[in-house]
Amino acid sequence: MTDINPPITGEAIPQPSAAPGTLHTEELLVNMGPQHPSTHGVLRLLLRTDGELVVEATPHIGYLHRCAEKIGENVTPVQFVPMTDRLDYLAAMNNNHGYSLAVEKLCGIEVPERARYIRVIMCELNRIASHLVSFGSYGLDMGAFTPFLYAFREREYILDLFEATCGARLTYNYLTIGGAAADLPEGFLQRLAGFLDYFEPKIDEYNRLLSYNYIFVKRTAGVGVISAADAIAYGLTGPCLRGSGVRWDLRRCVPYEIYDRFEFDIPIGVPGGTDDIPPEVVVGDSWSRYFVRMLEMKQSVRILRQCLRQIPDGEYRAKVPRVLKLPAGEVYLEVEGARGQLGFLVVGDNGPIPRRVKVRGPSFCNLSIIPHVCRQVLLADVAAILGSIDVVMGEVDR
Amino acid sequence: MSLTVQEIAGLLQTRFPDAVLEVDADSRHPGIRVAPESWHDVALFLRDDPRLAMNLLRCISAVDLHPQPYIDVVYDLLSMRPPVSTGGGAADPWSCAGLVAIRVRLPRERAHVRSVADIWPTANWHEREAFDLMGVTFDGHPDLRRILCPDDWVGHPLRKDYVFPTEYHGIPAATGSAADSAGTGEEH
Amino acid sequence: MGWLRNRFEENFAITTIDWALNWARSNSVWPLTFGLACCAIEMMAAGASRFDLDRFGAGAFRATPRQADLMIVAGTVTFKMAARIRRLWEQMPEPKYVLAMGACTVGGGPYFKYGYHVVKGVDLIVPVDVYVPGCPPRPEALLEGLMRLQEKIRAETIAKRAEPA
Repeated sequence: MTDINPPITGEAIPQPSAAPGTLHTEELLVNMGPQHPSTHGVLRLLLRTDGELVVEATPHIGYLHRCAEKIGENVTPVQFVPMTDRLDYLAAMNNNHGYSLAVEKLCGIEVPERARYIRVIMCELNRIASHLVSFGSYGLDMGAFTPFLYAFREREYILDLFEATCGARLTYNYLTIGGAAADLPEGFLQRLAGFLDYFEPKIDEYNRLLSYNYIFVKRTAGVGVISAADAIAYGLTGPCLRGSGVRWDLRRCVPYEIYDRFEFDIPIGVPGGTDDIPPEVVVGDSWSRYFVRMLEMKQSVRILRQCLRQIPDGEYRAKVPRVLKLPAGEVYLEVEGARGQLGFLVVGDNGPIPRRVKVRGPSFCNLSIIPHVCRQVLLADVAAILGSIDVVMGEVDR
Repeated sequence: MSLTVQEIAGLLQTRFPDAVLEVDADSRHPGIRVAPESWHDVALFLRDDPRLAMNLLRCISAVDLHPQPYIDVVYDLLSMRPPVSTGGGAADPWSCAGLVAIRVRLPRERAHVRSVADIWPTANWHEREAFDLMGVTFDGHPDLRRILCPDDWVGHPLRKDYVFPTEYHGIPAATGSAADSAGTGEEH
Repeated sequence: MGWLRNRFEENFAITTIDWALNWARSNSVWPLTFGLACCAIEMMAAGASRFDLDRFGAGAFRATPRQADLMIVAGTVTFKMAARIRRLWEQMPEPKYVLAMGACTVGGGPYFKYGYHVVKGVDLIVPVDVYVPGCPPRPEALLEGLMRLQEKIRAETIAKRAEPA
């Protein structure tokens, strides 16, 4: 096999000159990733370090570039829905939902009421499952193994519900064009109610376990502070934006589907000292971003309970022609995924296959703030900041 | 108070009468077509004018219009405003004061447009991706290099006339499937 | 075991030593944390409480290849990542095994046709011992793959082997 090691690019590091009598130190270029337990996937961070201090961090992405957009230009929308699963694979239902909504908007397909409630139920359940993984792996990054096991235990109950509905645990291909691929199974709503009753007190338990833990607070509070203006300028959305104090959630601000029928709050990062928030916390730090996710799980439970009360009987899918013809035209639709605003641009071409499918991955935009925020931080803080931004490389690289 | 695309277009037309080429306010993706030469000035105005205040650049998409000799670059913008009242309305969410798509049509062979990474920092990575996958060059971009594909990748994959590679550094890529015969043009 | 191999004829002592060595090695296969994509989440679920890899002795995920026995390639392999996979595999000390988890590593998976940046199977880069199909494979399927690997390890011997033809 020929040499497949890539050439080293980049300018030479300017070495600081040592004044007489002082210790001469050199800057090191350290690779964090692409294989690393704390990088949440195949992300490579090139760190320029001066001892333990990181002077500069440059993310290199593309190690999971799976050509989703090229595939989108070559298959029909119904065939592309399973590929959307693999974008943000932790909250796959949200991706299916976003793409289906975009295609339905382009083709003018009206989705039945029951299907819309099924979609909201699945999206919110998947949001909880995704935030559980984020909670568990953030604890793991900070050195706490127990939250990971608890998080995955709860997640297994959610995955049992998904498996009963569509047969899959991770990549569902369930929320398809026109509604859902199948109706909810017998007894699903009772099982969901039982799960919500079981799960809601657990969130407080996990807050006591991890969120207010002294070591965790010390490692994450005040670390990686992103101001609201910076967050908007860098295109941050989702819990990262809300952790910086911006009360913006697409489900309330630019409502889609039936989210305007539900009552729920939008948690944001608040300064330390208020309520139960530890005093070291600053708005926009890693702890705020993490805590917003914990609070969002509670809000998702709230939405789910309202869905359970309101869901009607009826069709689970609109009548969609076997060969769906996309009219000429363009549509751009964003949904609130678990990590932020997930956007789909679909350009139709008067045929069954779209001309262009562009995916706006929230983690792609969230990750772009790393060079800005990881300056003059300690090496251990890089892991804390990255964990709080909670990227999924499937969305970053597509 | 949310601005419609027609109102946004009106404001742009008053300020930049030559730059606004076409206003498409009624379609499913309402937007304004702007001349590429004036795009940077228009972008600065869109962000800084207090009536518009388009502070969030949601997405930059490049669409290849082959067989027409054009590439469309679509900039989706959104204006987020904090809640007006304070105190009692502390739990009010921010509001959306306008959504618009700006389209810039570039010739396929020489796709150049001025970068807006100095206006919206998020554009930095989006433009690198458009360069990598579609071959659009953004003049004035601080660091225009490939972001998703490896640095020594040949070609721009999302172009309609892209030829799929048969191998990369000794690893075979050809699979004998339809994509190869459609893409490569070489038979093995 | 390089210094032990190929020195002795097969006999009762060797088969007992074989049994003991293989029992020890198959019940302590330490994987490398090598999650690339969606299959990584099912690998994490297999390591978590319900499916518990630790009861097979394989729960000690090592972050460094120098201490790992098994590289579970969980997720799509791209051309950009290929060099790193090869390097990580070369950094693992013998005896090492590779388990290709998921359809993408087995043969390209759903990206087979239009994935210009996807390597159609990780066996184009590293030699694979066990293939676990699925997209993603259930944690039980990964456990089955691990058990097949354990069978493969138990079939090894330090005795002198006839030269391959």
